[in-house]
Amino acid sequence: MLELFWTFFKIGLFTFGGGYAMIATVREAVVQTKKWLTEDEFLEIIAIAESTPGPIAINMATYVGFKRRGVCGSAAATLGVVLPSMIIIFIISLFLDAFMANRFVAYAFRGIQCAVAFLITRAGWDMFRKVKRRPLPLISFGTVLLLMILFDLFAVQFSSVFFILIGGIIGIVAYALLEKTEVEK
Amino acid sequence: MIYLQLFLEFFKIGLFTFGGGFAMIPLVEETVLKHTWLTETQFYNFIGVCESTPGPIAINMATYVGSVQGGVLGSILATLGVVLPSFLIILLVASVMRSLTETREFRGFIRGVQPVIAALILSTGLLLLAKAIGFSGLSAFAVNWVSIVIFALLLGIYFLLLKVWKKPSAIQLILLSAVLGIVVSLLFEVCGYGR
Repeated sequence: MLELFWTFFKIGLFTFGGGYAMIATVREAVVQTKKWLTEDEFLEIIAIAESTPGPIAINMATYVGFKRRGVCGSAAATLGVVLPSMIIIFIISLFLDAFMANRFVAYAFRGIQCAVAFLITRAGWDMFRKVKRRPLPLISFGTVLLLMILFDLFAVQFSSVFFILIGGIIGIVAYALLEKTEVEK
Repeated sequence: MIYLQLFLEFFKIGLFTFGGGFAMIPLVEETVLKHTWLTETQFYNFIGVCESTPGPIAINMATYVGSVQGGVLGSILATLGVVLPSFLIILLVASVMRSLTETREFRGFIRGVQPVIAALILSTGLLLLAKAIGFSGLSAFAVNWVSIVIFALLLGIYFLLLKVWKKPSAIQLILLSAVLGIVVSLLFEVCGYGR
């Protein structure tokens, strides 16, 4: 149990750059070093982690913990992966505003804003390239993109949760219809 | 009441985030702006911090917003809120509903959600870019030359590195942009164009 906590604590501490960077680190620790899971089991976990909501890191920690030691194990692993960032960010949050008052820091963040805009745009673009080139996904992509930009321009308040839900419902309906019409597949 | 609100809002964010850290940025932005928990500038500055500190973006965001609004307890509750949905869903999938992710409805849902998430992230990035270079509403356009120069240099260096070396990591880009930010801002100031 303590081992689960400690392993995921280290993973949380040394993973920069979000979920996908974490997959490699977790694989190394869980499959190669500790041999808690086989390669196949690990691939299955990634598939589940990617298709359920929430950060991939949390999903993986919960799943691996559960496989090893049930509910308590999953709690220990999840706590382990969350704790490092919580502590680090909490400390930063105490100083960030004072830090930002410095002239050079403010200048640096002017640059960082550009990098952040670039990183987000690139992430969106990478995701768009994975979208299936079929009419329906492309239409929902285009509609949401257009509406988001228009809503921002005209300051319309609309929660993107609704976009996600509508997209999901369209997906369920389309998938059901598709299976009916497509005989061979 | 702020504690309950932090917990519930981040629970909702955790529940609706499909596809990793960047997918939650539009949701968190909406939420913090709606409650005026952070200003837009604070929010985007903090994404820069997230990208250069370890750990999932989701946890970093929840801890930060929680801490700014409700101290230690706030940051714990917000983080708990964002973690709990995935924790519970994975427990369900791992224990009783092993086949949930293989049902037709679930696959259809994921397929339908994918293009929406891509569009949400892309529009967030593009809008942020537009704001960085000085566009802040239909009738308010004041060109921010400093940011344009920084952005052009950043893009140039990025594609150069991509060609001659390898894809720079997010942290490397953030560090590079910080240096560019200081250098370009100082140059503009020295030349008398500073604001």
